[in-house]
Amino acid sequence: MTVSEQGLIVPGSGKFDLPEYLKPQPGNHPPLDSPGYKSTGLRHPGQPLVLLPQRLTEVTGPLLGDELVTMADADLTTQRGGEPQGQRIIVFGQVRDSGGRPVPDTLVEIWQTNAAGRYRHAREHHPAPLDPNFDGVGRAITDAGGRYRFITVAPGSYPWGNHYNAWRPAHIHFSLFGRAFTQRLVTQMYFPGDPLLAYDPIYNSVTDQAARLGMVAEFSMDDTQPEWALAYRFDIVLRGPRQSVFEEAHP
Amino acid sequence: MSELLTPSQTVGPYFSMRLPWPEGPCVVPAGTPGAITIYGRLTDGAGDPIPDGLIETWQASPEGRFAHPGDPRGPVPDGDKAFRGFGRCPTGHDGTYKIVTLKPGGLPTGDGRAEAPHVDVSVFARGMLDRSVTRIYFPDEAAANDADPVLQSVPAGRRATLIAAPAGENLLRFDIRMQGDDETVFFDL
Repeated sequence: MTVSEQGLIVPGSGKFDLPEYLKPQPGNHPPLDSPGYKSTGLRHPGQPLVLLPQRLTEVTGPLLGDELVTMADADLTTQRGGEPQGQRIIVFGQVRDSGGRPVPDTLVEIWQTNAAGRYRHAREHHPAPLDPNFDGVGRAITDAGGRYRFITVAPGSYPWGNHYNAWRPAHIHFSLFGRAFTQRLVTQMYFPGDPLLAYDPIYNSVTDQAARLGMVAEFSMDDTQPEWALAYRFDIVLRGPRQSVFEEAHP
Repeated sequence: MSELLTPSQTVGPYFSMRLPWPEGPCVVPAGTPGAITIYGRLTDGAGDPIPDGLIETWQASPEGRFAHPGDPRGPVPDGDKAFRGFGRCPTGHDGTYKIVTLKPGGLPTGDGRAEAPHVDVSVFARGMLDRSVTRIYFPDEAAANDADPVLQSVPAGRRATLIAAPAGENLLRFDIRMQGDDETVFFDL
């Protein structure tokens, strides 16, 4: 048996321990079959899921970033030369795991409508104007403290075909990797006080109210920039590994 | 005490504004010696193609290593550092995707057993409120597959949905069926 520099066991020697990423509590994630959101009907697994024990492939994951991201990717208001229309906002927050540990160096990708509620996408037909100065896409890497920050404009609401007079509440799509395959997350950030939240089957697919509210950003007066931009804080919590006895005794 | 997680939500119909990137489907550059292409079709419960889906793959290097601090076996050989291990491909109008990669090596389980070579897959789409997770196994690994603890935990009649089909030289087909007869096995991770 050979021991590596980190004191862990190297290949061929058989035994090693891996972290165990805790499963979400019931109601924390939405059910894949969610009849209020009609498109889930034919797109959710019909058979029971099979338990996948977390082994090497699941406790590791892609560490992407440096080659994909430049500083300019985090400012959605300067990507096209001119200033986009709309309310300028700063969207910032911390990515951490369920044990409160920051998740550093992880890729955060966002996409959103422009201020009029229009996506820049070939299959989008909502009759609201495109903004020649706004693409609505951004990327950032979290810093050592798990923090990220975007500058953008407030997205708009738009109609969709789910049911009669259906409108999506304004939202920004977020995609995150974390540090392990188990932590991969795609979510949406909503805005506080949006009256459409009460009517939205996608937002309300999350049955646990406290979890649902975790998708609503917090307006932060302290982080606004006078004469320039409003600010919203959106912290993101990914699955975390079960804490060791030592960590629980010394939080 | 652990915090509530930020809930998952659908990628929606417009993720292709941001998530795909040109070399995303190529875990290794096309033409890399030993490269294989895995392709297939993502279909819904009516058997119709899902044209607004996103397939992501994550896997070990051909030597069965991960250049990642979560791999307790320690630092990888230099050759493995360059292996990204991650692929991402949006589905086309006909529901198809393809990933160009190297076949992964087998992996120790940590308790004396071994996992057969496999690729972990995340499936995202409009109409999916959370990803669905599956695995691609390889048709030329019958003995390793027969000893793989994950495959053996799957009901025998459904295991074939997890094994890619030979489709030509260096070419494998792996269809992903969300529902119906031959529904792909999806995992609770």
